[in-house]
Amino acid sequence: MPSVELRKIVIGVEDIFHEGGPVAAIPRKRGWCLAVIRNPFAGKYEKNIKTFMDDLKPLGMEMAARLIAAFGVDPDLIDGYGKGIIVGGAGELEHAALWHAPGGYSMREHLKDSLAIVPSTKKVGGPGTRLDIPVTHKTASYVRSHFDSVEVGIDDSPRADEMLMALVMTVGPRIHSRSGGLEVSGIKERDGQK
Amino acid sequence: MKSQIRKIIVIVDEVHSEQGQTVSPPTRRAAAIAVIANPFAGKFVADLSELMDVGEELGGLLGDRAVAALDVSPSQIESYGKAALVGENGELEHAAAILHPKLGKPLRVAVEKGAALVPSSKKRGGLGTPLDIPLGHKNAAFVRSHFDGMEVRVNDAPRADEILVAVAVTDSGRPLARVGGLQKHEIKGEDGLR
Repeated sequence: MPSVELRKIVIGVEDIFHEGGPVAAIPRKRGWCLAVIRNPFAGKYEKNIKTFMDDLKPLGMEMAARLIAAFGVDPDLIDGYGKGIIVGGAGELEHAALWHAPGGYSMREHLKDSLAIVPSTKKVGGPGTRLDIPVTHKTASYVRSHFDSVEVGIDDSPRADEMLMALVMTVGPRIHSRSGGLEVSGIKERDGQK
Repeated sequence: MKSQIRKIIVIVDEVHSEQGQTVSPPTRRAAAIAVIANPFAGKFVADLSELMDVGEELGGLLGDRAVAALDVSPSQIESYGKAALVGENGELEHAAAILHPKLGKPLRVAVEKGAALVPSSKKRGGLGTPLDIPLGHKNAAFVRSHFDGMEVRVNDAPRADEILVAVAVTDSGRPLARVGGLQKHEIKGEDGLR
């Protein structure tokens, strides 16, 4: 079983006060936790890769916990999420798919009422590649006020034999949300969608 | 508050290993970034004292936020740096007004002491432009292990009428530093150089 070899962790949180409109009483927050690890399958075709998902679980749990702590607010206020991964040039896109289960469940395990699928994106790229991680509401994917994305990246990562995994969480709707659709107050199906 | 802040971003970057060598304890850097309105965008104004006051305010605010993100006491901060990125309707001189006259003093309070020059960089650019914040030891500029830089960027800033102001601090030098020169345990920390 390949072990997880961590090279670096980057955590960012932003407080958004306004975007040209009225200053919000409570700033919106968006945060990301990025981990850069060695890709154990880099440089070769490996047929059986699935067990690495279990190896990634502790890393996912630690990333989610650290990101929640970095927000510095009541964790129940965290209401949006997303995940993504960039695989370095010596790896394949299929390696990126290994992050779906450990990445998503680590956040859902920590956040109350997280019924919605965690939206995701992935690609293969070099150091400095940027990734736009989609964000949706944690309880109901169709909540329009929470559709967003967070751009992440690290100047020196991922190297060819690395993978950069990302978790993103948000607090509150877009700062000047006013495009209608399903609102948080209208969630009632409890099916993860509406 | 003099500054009209649209958003604040705080980023922590930890290196756990490099070239297969464990870095223990991890080297850690933090950057705090404010996106502010440029009161002088699109016009020539001779007196830049308003931006100098903004610099004073942000030196304390961003210094405190960056130190807090590393969760260490101010005395444990080892190196620092500052930088500004002016949106396209501003002048390079606006960055200078923020960074040089008044920002350093409150930043030095935030990191306790700071005998050395705060290394700086400035430029003009569009949204998402990368900004490299130079880093140097806070008490002795010749400490070679602490020469470094931290790249930051914010995908939606600076807009044409904005300025992005950044402060970076560390509680460590480069990972695996080994090019000699003045060592941190050898410094006197009185003249800012050695």
